[in-house]
Amino acid sequence: MIAIMLKLLGKFFIFLNELFTRRESAKVYWYRFLDECITIGIDSVLIIAIVALFIGAVTCVQIFANLVSPVIPLYIVGNIVRDMTLLELSSTFMCVVLAGKVGSNIAGELGTMRITEQIDALEVMGINSASYLVLPKLLAAVVTFPVLAIFSGFLGIFGGYLAGTLTGILTPEQYIYGIRFSFIPYNLVIPIVKSAVFGFLIATISAYKGYHTRGGALEVGKASTAAVTNSCIAILIADYLLAELLT
Amino acid sequence: MIEIKNISKTFNGKVVLDDVSGIFRKGETSLVIGASGTGKSVLLKCMLDLVEPEKGEVFFDGKEFLHVSENDRKDLRREMGVLFQGGALFDSKTVQENVKFPLDMLTKMSEGEKNDRVEFCLHKVGLDGTGPRMPSEISGGMKKRVGIARAIVMNPKYLFCDEPNSGLDPLTSIKIDELIKEITDDFNITTVVITHDMNSVLSIGDNIMFLYKGKKLWEGDSSTIMTSSVKELDEFVFSNHALKKLRGEFTK
Repeated sequence: MIAIMLKLLGKFFIFLNELFTRRESAKVYWYRFLDECITIGIDSVLIIAIVALFIGAVTCVQIFANLVSPVIPLYIVGNIVRDMTLLELSSTFMCVVLAGKVGSNIAGELGTMRITEQIDALEVMGINSASYLVLPKLLAAVVTFPVLAIFSGFLGIFGGYLAGTLTGILTPEQYIYGIRFSFIPYNLVIPIVKSAVFGFLIATISAYKGYHTRGGALEVGKASTAAVTNSCIAILIADYLLAELLT
Repeated sequence: MIEIKNISKTFNGKVVLDDVSGIFRKGETSLVIGASGTGKSVLLKCMLDLVEPEKGEVFFDGKEFLHVSENDRKDLRREMGVLFQGGALFDSKTVQENVKFPLDMLTKMSEGEKNDRVEFCLHKVGLDGTGPRMPSEISGGMKKRVGIARAIVMNPKYLFCDEPNSGLDPLTSIKIDELIKEITDDFNITTVVITHDMNSVLSIGDNIMFLYKGKKLWEGDSSTIMTSSVKELDEFVFSNHALKKLRGEFTK
């Protein structure tokens, strides 16, 4: 079992090495990078906005229902929504959602390209197909995920504000006091670092699964599923390690 | 000229290619034929180094291909054009972008020169005016033509075609065969075609290699294939209903 795991890990690192060797010109990557930023980043804005708003709102309602007592001031609701959103929800939860959207997209696209010989066509032209196809996706994920995390963090806190004030849980002043109370600016760095790492993991794991697809349409489906599940597991393990390292 | 020497390949212990050698000459359309599962496509992939053979060598005009440096291999690959079985067109690019892709990636030609070259190649394969269309909007036969146009856009010295007639109607198949023959003659290149289509064998086969269970059993041309004494080849050739009938008439 350990031998199989190590072999798989070795193959994964060889694949990563391929991305950075025999590269094409920077101009080629720049255009591909911009395309991928749209596919991976901009096309994910809507789903992230919906998820962040509702998770922020639900967090606010749940904290009020379970935590607040006569001895705990109401502004604590805003305070906890802020910390939960910044430390976990805007990075980890958002990236689990993105693992489903972006990860399956990457694995499906590369898997289909593999079984329809499009990757072979690139190779016979003398192009490093792994680098040409995967490196722009990897860079786009590492760049756009932190931006999405900031966006998600803002909307999560805003979702909490809407749920809290519109349902009468607390006043706008209480909520805003809560999110400003004992604020540690360093906590803004955590979601940015975490989402960049998660972006790297999602892009590389999904690309590895898709790039090495063999067979037909059934295997492309399996590769997409494996990409999502493996990415989610990797995110959770990395989340624990980063929590230990960053806090 | 392409020369292959003692190519052997196994997959999970099963021998797919067994010591296959042969020569494919310049200006000729060389065919590798055989039933499905005899290792034709694997042989092609070994020649292109898409599959690594356990044993054997491939020479392109005397230059060894499989064991050279990455840069030398890249240079040699620029002299090859490949038509894949399904066309292998990039789904996200238009027909014109597909054909232009090797020029964008591998040359420093100006936009105007590239567009002229793409137009020339599309005209050569009879697809004038289809440039702006997406691969999903064209027929299977047209996809093969675009694949051929992309294969010849870099002015290759070697052209490889993997089952160019698969999935096509007889009339389109004949047109594709004629096109491959015409390109080989016009550009005086070395063309290797993997096929099991007897029409192709009889109409464009300057040089034919017959594979059976991974082994080369026969080599000749379209004029001698009908009279070969190799039992397996005889069975393969006359599995074609029309040819079988013709032989029956002839024997009578």
